[in-house]
Amino acid sequence: MFARFVVMTTQVPGDALVSLNAVNKHYGQLHVLKDINFQVRKGEVVVVIGPSGSGKSTLCRAINRLETIDDGDIAIDGKRLPEEGKELAHLRADVGMVFQSFNLFAHKTILENVTLGPIKVKGMSKAEADKDAMALLERVGVGHQAPKLPAQLSGGQQQRVAIARALAMKPKVMLFDEPTSALDPEMISEVLDVMIQLAKEGMTMIVVTHEMGFARKAADRVVFMADGQIVEDATPEQFFTNPQSSRAKDFLSKLLTH
Amino acid sequence: MDVIIESLPQYWDGFLRTLFLAVVSGIIALIVGTLLAAARVSPVAALRGFSMAYVEVVRNTPLTIAFFFAAVVLPRLGVTFQQFEIAAIIALSAYTSAFIAEAVRSGVNSVPLGQAEAARSIGMTFGQVLSLIILPQALRTVVPPLINILIALVKNSSVAGAFFVLELFGYGKQLANDHGDAVMWVLVGVAFFYLLITVPLGYVAHQVERKVAIAR
Repeated sequence: MFARFVVMTTQVPGDALVSLNAVNKHYGQLHVLKDINFQVRKGEVVVVIGPSGSGKSTLCRAINRLETIDDGDIAIDGKRLPEEGKELAHLRADVGMVFQSFNLFAHKTILENVTLGPIKVKGMSKAEADKDAMALLERVGVGHQAPKLPAQLSGGQQQRVAIARALAMKPKVMLFDEPTSALDPEMISEVLDVMIQLAKEGMTMIVVTHEMGFARKAADRVVFMADGQIVEDATPEQFFTNPQSSRAKDFLSKLLTH
Repeated sequence: MDVIIESLPQYWDGFLRTLFLAVVSGIIALIVGTLLAAARVSPVAALRGFSMAYVEVVRNTPLTIAFFFAAVVLPRLGVTFQQFEIAAIIALSAYTSAFIAEAVRSGVNSVPLGQAEAARSIGMTFGQVLSLIILPQALRTVVPPLINILIALVKNSSVAGAFFVLELFGYGKQLANDHGDAVMWVLVGVAFFYLLITVPLGYVAHQVERKVAIAR
């Protein structure tokens, strides 16, 4: 394990904040994660790409145990993911998650969506949580929407609120599970801009996406998955100009023909 | 017609007792039913099993059986009541809570899975996810079916009349015996007082439904 760690740390200095070791998962007969070994260091931005059904979303969701795994282990900041319960809840608070379908709390205002975690999970006072939340909402450009309900916002705005909601917990790492896949083209860039800004500020990010432009611009590493395996793990430069596997070459050639 | 005017004191007394049975049983059933629904979706297998068994047994047996249990079997087991009202309340709330549990469960299932996932991902515990995110949304969608169940509860409370509780139906029987020539009017009076409870309930359901609907 240590040897592998050394090999993978050649690019960026830092400690392994997220670490997956020999992780396997099946959906019935389907082997969706095959012996995954994967480390992400503090401050690193890793983009996970691959054809649909390759297991990239499952990988992302397994990191905060929204998906259970069959064997292997996952550690966040050196702590192994516990079983279901209070301890797992504590650990999840350190891992921000942004979903494809936003998943804002439909019965809460935009402001409440962002303050609920800090107040109920971290025990922060309402005044303090409101202040932090407003600052975050301003930062993602939706401050004036604070009193509205999620359904009154556009998809792009909702997704930026979802990012603010995750950031309000001051997470150590942010997971993005296809954050722009449900958005109209003109809304994609407003979400990506927020994510690029976040990457620049040094947030550790794992991003499952089809946005190659984001991968080129903001990623430190590109991980290419196919059929439940990590096929390539390289810098964006290496991956896009000189992919090693035929699977990745095939995938990239299909992207370019459209 | 005169019989209704003449017997207004009895009707009124019966009406109040029916209202009392329905309100008390309704509140208990709402609480117990919601707890049963929570147990049904909990991660603890034993709770899920208990809730499922309770709902299946109670929902699929006649209310009269529940009344027999409360009024006849329980006293034999040493649980005695000063008044039959208590037995009636136990039977009605035990019976109604099974239906409420099913309605609330269907409401819980109607809340998109992503809501719970988002709540868990910001570090909420199972109890917080359920009480802060899922149930508030679920209960809004189940207001109409819940009111239907409560209307059924009001009408079901008439079974208590057969178990020596002088509520509306109990008085109805008594009045029908005393006024053999005006049975029809006696029953019209009984029906009127039931409608006095159930029609406003339906109206409330309609208003609440319009007010709490959440846009997605």
